[in-house]
Amino acid sequence: MSPVGTGVPRADGPAKVTGDALYVDDIRPTGCLYGATVRSPRAHGKILGLERDPNFDWNGITVVTAEDIPHQNVVFLMTEDQPALADGLVRHVEEPVALVAAETRDRALAAAKHIRVILEDLPALLDAEIAENHEIKIYGDDNVFKRITIDKGGQVENGIVIEGEYRVQHQEQLYIEPQGMISVPREDGGLTLLGSMQCPFYIVKALAPMLGHKRMNVVQATTGGGFGGKEEYPSMLAAHAALLTLKTGKPVKMIYRRDEDLRATTKRHPSVIKIRSVVGEDGTLLQWDASIIMDGGAYNTLTPVVLSRAILHLTGPYRCANQHLSGVAVATHTPPNGAFRGFGAPQAMFAVERHMDRIARHLDMDPVAIRQHNLVVDGDISVTGQVLTDTGAQVVLDQALEAAEAAVRTPHKHPGGGIGRYARGRGVALVFHGCGFTGNGEAAIKGKVGLELEGRCVRILTASTDIGQGVETTFPQIAAAELGISVDRVSNAPHDTANVPDSGPTVASRTCMVVGGVLQEAAKKLRSALQAETGLDTNDFDDLLMARTNTIPLRVQAEYVDSGKFIWDNDTYQGDAYPAYGWSCSIVDLDVDLDTGEVLYRRFVSATDVGKAINPVIVEGQIEGGSIQALGYATYEEVVLDDQGRMINDRLTNYIIPTTLDSPEMITRIVEIPYTGGPFGAKGIGEIPMDGPAPAVAQAIEQATGVVLDILPMTPERVLAGLEIST
Amino acid sequence: MHTSNAPVWTANTIDEALRLRAEHPDATIIAGGTDLMVFVEGGAVQLIEVLNIWGCEGMSGIEANEKGIRIGALTTWAEIARHPSMPDALRECANTVGAAQIQNRGTVGGNIVNASPAGDSLPLWLALDAEMEVASIRGSRRIKASDFWVGYRKTALEADELLLAIHIQTDVRDRLYYRKVGTRMAQAISKVMLGGRLRIENGIVTEARVALGSVAATPIRLMTVESSLIGKAIDSAAADLVAQEITPIDDIRSTAEYRTSVATRIIRSWLESEAGQQ
Repeated sequence: MSPVGTGVPRADGPAKVTGDALYVDDIRPTGCLYGATVRSPRAHGKILGLERDPNFDWNGITVVTAEDIPHQNVVFLMTEDQPALADGLVRHVEEPVALVAAETRDRALAAAKHIRVILEDLPALLDAEIAENHEIKIYGDDNVFKRITIDKGGQVENGIVIEGEYRVQHQEQLYIEPQGMISVPREDGGLTLLGSMQCPFYIVKALAPMLGHKRMNVVQATTGGGFGGKEEYPSMLAAHAALLTLKTGKPVKMIYRRDEDLRATTKRHPSVIKIRSVVGEDGTLLQWDASIIMDGGAYNTLTPVVLSRAILHLTGPYRCANQHLSGVAVATHTPPNGAFRGFGAPQAMFAVERHMDRIARHLDMDPVAIRQHNLVVDGDISVTGQVLTDTGAQVVLDQALEAAEAAVRTPHKHPGGGIGRYARGRGVALVFHGCGFTGNGEAAIKGKVGLELEGRCVRILTASTDIGQGVETTFPQIAAAELGISVDRVSNAPHDTANVPDSGPTVASRTCMVVGGVLQEAAKKLRSALQAETGLDTNDFDDLLMARTNTIPLRVQAEYVDSGKFIWDNDTYQGDAYPAYGWSCSIVDLDVDLDTGEVLYRRFVSATDVGKAINPVIVEGQIEGGSIQALGYATYEEVVLDDQGRMINDRLTNYIIPTTLDSPEMITRIVEIPYTGGPFGAKGIGEIPMDGPAPAVAQAIEQATGVVLDILPMTPERVLAGLEIST
Repeated sequence: MHTSNAPVWTANTIDEALRLRAEHPDATIIAGGTDLMVFVEGGAVQLIEVLNIWGCEGMSGIEANEKGIRIGALTTWAEIARHPSMPDALRECANTVGAAQIQNRGTVGGNIVNASPAGDSLPLWLALDAEMEVASIRGSRRIKASDFWVGYRKTALEADELLLAIHIQTDVRDRLYYRKVGTRMAQAISKVMLGGRLRIENGIVTEARVALGSVAATPIRLMTVESSLIGKAIDSAAADLVAQEITPIDDIRSTAEYRTSVATRIIRSWLESEAGQQ
C-alpha cells in the first residue's frame, strides 16, 4: 500500500515524547557564554549614551554596541532598514540597543538590567490610521512601506449601497518554545548558528551584510513551534549571538524569556478594513470596494508581502464583476509586525465575512444564502484576471453544513459554576486561501531538494524545517511512495545549510505542496540515475539496488521548474495570483453566557479542501490546531499596549489563549480536490484553518444575542457591553 | 529556570514551624509554591531566606464532625475537590483554581495568606463565615474571615504567626454558591468571584452573606445587599444595589465597568435561581 494517504506515525514523535529531542536550550557547547539584550525603554528617541551602573560588578561581562558591528549595521530581509542594534536613534520600544555576555544566564540578565539607555525623547507616532504622510517621519517621506491597488470592472450606477468598517488586532504566535539561538566560532573564522527557526537560509542572507562574508552555516535545532514567528525574527537573534561571539571569541547562547519574547518579537499586523458594496435586492454583489490600512511597526520586515496577501484575499471567495481593492502598509513607532499563520488573509477574511453578514442583515437574508448566492465557481474570473478552476467553495460549504446537521446538539454546561443563562448561536464562514507564494515567487526562489542513497535507505536533503507541521513525516511518505519503498527506509538529513540545498523558506503553506513536488521529482531522478547506472529499465527500486555493482552513495538534486502555466505581473497585480487555492467552511456552535459575556465553544465543524491529504492524521491536526488558534484570535487574544507601544500583558497568565478545556468538540472533514502541480495532488494546508473561525464566531454571537461585533477580539467585555445596550 | 542561594529552613512539625517563624519573621514562607515561584521567576519577590512548611505534620487534611469542619492550611485544592464532606460550592471553587497541576500542589492556606484580591477562594470564606486558626510561639487564636484581609495583599497575621487551619460550619438550611468569572476555563486569573450563602427558614431569608473578589483591594462583603435580602422571600432586586458597594478598577485583565456589570448580573442570576428552587 502506498504510504501516501495513510496516518504514518510522526517521525519526530518518540524523541519529543521521551525528552530525547534537543531544543536549542538543551544544547551547551563547551565554554558557552550567555547573552542578554539591553532594550529601548521608549518608543522614539535619540540615544545620548549608555550608562553602566558603577555599583555593579562588571568583571567578566562583555558589552557590545552598534560600534562593534564589523560591516553594515543591518539585519537584511527585504530591505536594509532594520539595524542589528539601534545606532543613534530608537524607533520602537524594546528595540535592541546593546548586548551583554556573561558566564551565567543570571549574570547576563543582571548586567543587562544595569545598563541604562539615556535617551532624549522624540515625539512618537503610534497610530497607524494617521501615519501616512504624518509630519513625524519613520520610513521614507510618507511612512508607507507598500501601497497596492487592484481594479477590475467599473462603477455601478444602481443598487443598494452597504458600507462597513472592521478592525482587527495584534496576535502573538505563542510558539511553546521561546526564541533561542547559539553562535559558535569556527576554525576558519566563520560561524555556526544553531537555533529554533523556520528558515535557515534566511539567516545566511540576513547576516552576510553585517559580517561582510558568508562563512557561516546555519543549523535548525528541534523547534517548538513557529507559526511564522520564527520566519524572520531568528535572524535578529542570530545577529546578536554572532556579534557577541565576534567580541568574546566564544560560543554564545541567547534564549529569550517569555516576557521578553512577547514584548519584543513580531506579531500579526493590526488592520482597519473598510468595505463599500453595491448589491442587488436578491443579494447579488454588483460592486465590491475594499481598502485596508495595515500597521507594519517600525521596520519593513515582511510587511509588503503580508499586505499583498491581505489585498488578494479582500474579495473573499465571491464573484463580482466590479472590484476595487486598495491597501497601504504604514510605519509606526511600535515593534515590527511580521509573519504569522495566514499572513494577512485572516485580517481580510474577517472583514469580508463580516461584511457578507452585514449585507444579509440589511437584506434580511440568511447568512448562508447570501454566501451560496455569490460564491465563485469554475470559470469565474478573480480580481486579478485569473480564470478560476477546480474551485471548492460549493463543496466545502455543502460538506460542512451536512456534517453540522448530522451532529447531535451538545448540552449547556459551565464548569465555572454558571447557572444557565445562555444563548446559543451558530455561525458559518466561507473562506479561500492562496497556496504557496504569491505570483511568480516560486520561479524566483527555485527551491531545491537533494536525495542521497545510502545502502538500502534514502536521505532527504532540504531546508524545509519541521516546526510541528509534520514535514519530517510527510516528506519521507512522498519519497517512499514515489520510489515504491516502505517509509521507514527514508529519513531527513539535519537541516544544516552546509549540507542541504536551499529549498526556500518554510512558510506560506508551500512546504508540502511546492517543496514536496520538487522532492517527488528528485525521487524520479534518483530512480533514473539508478536505471542509468545499472542499465535496467525497471521501476522496482529494490531490483535496481540489487543490480548495483558498487555501494558508493548516490546523490541527486532536483529544482523547482516553472510550468509556465501561471503568468503574473507584479507591477500591475494582474494575472494568476496563486497556482492553487484551498477552500474551507467553518461552522461554530457556541453559547454566550448572558451574565458574563463569555463565549463557550461547543462544537467546531469544518470542511477543508487540501488537494490530497498525504498524512490525514497530520492534516487533521493542522486543521484542529489552526482552528483553535483562530478561536483565540476571535475571543481571547488581546495585546495590551502602554503609551509607548509596549506590550504590558507579557505573561501567559494575562495574554489569554484558549486551553484544552476551552476547546470545542471538533468535526473535521477533509475534502480532496487535487492540484495537478502538487505531489499526489496536495495543496497547502498550514494556514487556511486560521481564516474562517473568527468571522464564524462573530456571526454566531450575533445570532445568539443580536450583538453585532465588527472588531476583534470579541472579549467578554465587548460582548457584555453589547448585551447591556440591547437588554 | 531560577537559581537562588537563599537559606531554606524546613519545618517538620507545627512547633518547629512556629519556632522558626519566630526566629525568622522576614523569611518568605513556601508551601506548594504555586504563587510564590511565579513571583520569584518574574522578579517581584527576592528570596532572602525561606521557611519551608510543605510537609509539616499536622497542618494538612480535613476533619469533619458534628461541630464543624477543620481544613488544614496545607490541604491541597485537589484534596478539597475530592473530599466527601466538602460543600459543593467549595468543591466547585477548588476545581476552578488554576488547573490540575496547580490543584495538586497549591494549598488552601497559601491562597488565603497570599491575600491577592483575585484569590479564588477568598469570597467563599467570607460567605461561609469561616474562622482562621492562627498560632505563634506566644499561643493560638482565631480570626474571623471578615477581619482577616485588612488591605491590599495584607492580612491580620502578626509577624510571628502562621495560619494553621480554617474552620467552617455547614447547616442544612443554608444555600451556598460559588462562581468564578475568569474568561477561560482553566489557568484563569479571576475577573470577579462570587461567594454567597442564604439561610432560608420557612421561605424567609434569615441570614445572607454575599461576598465578591477582584472588585476591591480585598475580598469584600456587600452589606447593603445582604441586609436588603433579610426578612423576606428571596428577591433578586437586591442585585440592583451591587454597583453602589464595589469599587473595581481598570487593569490589564478587565475594566471596572465590566466587573460591576458582571458582579450585578451573576448575583441576580444566583438569586433568581435560588428563588426558583423554593
